[in-house]
Amino acid sequence: MISLEHVLVVGALLFSIGLYIALSRRNAVGVLMGVELMLNSVNLNLIGFARFIDSPRPIDGQVFTVFIITVAAAEAAVALALAVSVYRIRQTIDVDRLNILRW
Amino acid sequence: MQNGKGAPEHGAQQHARLSVCLRCGEGRGVVVDDTAVVVAFYVLAVLTLGSALMVSLVRDLIHAVLFLILSFVGVAGLYITLSADFVAVVQVLIYAGAISVLMLFAILLTPRSARDNSAVSYRAPISIVAGLVGAVIIFVGLKTDWATVSEEDRFPQTAAEIGKALLDPYVLPFEVASVLLVIAMVGAIILVRPGSEER
Repeated sequence: MISLEHVLVVGALLFSIGLYIALSRRNAVGVLMGVELMLNSVNLNLIGFARFIDSPRPIDGQVFTVFIITVAAAEAAVALALAVSVYRIRQTIDVDRLNILRW
Repeated sequence: MQNGKGAPEHGAQQHARLSVCLRCGEGRGVVVDDTAVVVAFYVLAVLTLGSALMVSLVRDLIHAVLFLILSFVGVAGLYITLSADFVAVVQVLIYAGAISVLMLFAILLTPRSARDNSAVSYRAPISIVAGLVGAVIIFVGLKTDWATVSEEDRFPQTAAEIGKALLDPYVLPFEVASVLLVIAMVGAIILVRPGSEER
C-alpha cells in the first residue's frame, strides 16, 4: 500500500541526494543537476499532497507543479547560458576557480 | 493515462479502465492498495533514487546526464502512480526532453573542463549536512498528522481541471509565468551572444 508518508520519504531522500550533488560538484553543470533533482523532489511532494490531502480544490498541487516546472525551465536556460558565457571568459566552469568576485 | 482531447472515445474507454483499476483496492481510504500500482511505485522509487545516486558516482559528466534523464523518467512514473497524468507528460517533455538536452549542449560547448564529474575534497561534511536535512524532512513528514482523505478515484481527468484552474484562480501567475519565460529567453540569448564578453 502507498500512503502519503511513502511519497514524502521518497521525496526527502531525493532532496538529500540532490543537495549532496549540488554542494559537492566541481562542475557548474553538475551543480545545476543537483538543483534540478531538488526541484523534482519538491514537485513529487506536491503531487503527493494533491493526491492524498483533504482540500476543497485538490488540483492545486498539480497546478503548482506546473508552475515550478516552468520556472525550473527558465532557470536552467539562464544558468546554462551563464556557464557557456563564463567558459568563454575563463576557459573553465570549475566553480572552485571562479573567484573573480572575491576580494 | 488518458488525455482530454484527441480521440474521445478511446480516452473514455481508458478512463473507465483506470477508474475500475483504482476502485479494485477495496476502499481502505488514505492508502492506494492496488497491487500493480504499489509494485510500480516501489520499483519506480528504487529506479529514481538509484539513478540519482549514480549521477553523483559516475566519472563522466555525459553519463551523469544520462542517469539524470533516467531519474526524471522515474519521477514521471511516480506521478502516474499518484494519478497525475498531465504533469507526468509535462515532466517527460520538459525535464527529460528539454532541460537534459540543454545540459548536454552546455557540456559539449565547454569542452576542456566539462567531462570531469569529480567532487570537491571536503565530501564528509557535505554528506553529513545532506543526510541531516533528509533526516529532518523524513522526521517531520512522518510525525505530522496529515489531514488525508478517503477518495479512491480523486482525479478522473487532470488536464481539463488544470486548464480551468490556470484560467480561473491562477490567471495572474499564469500570465506572469509567460513574461518570465520571455525574460529568461531574451536573457539567455544576450548572455551567449557573440561579442558580449568583450565589454
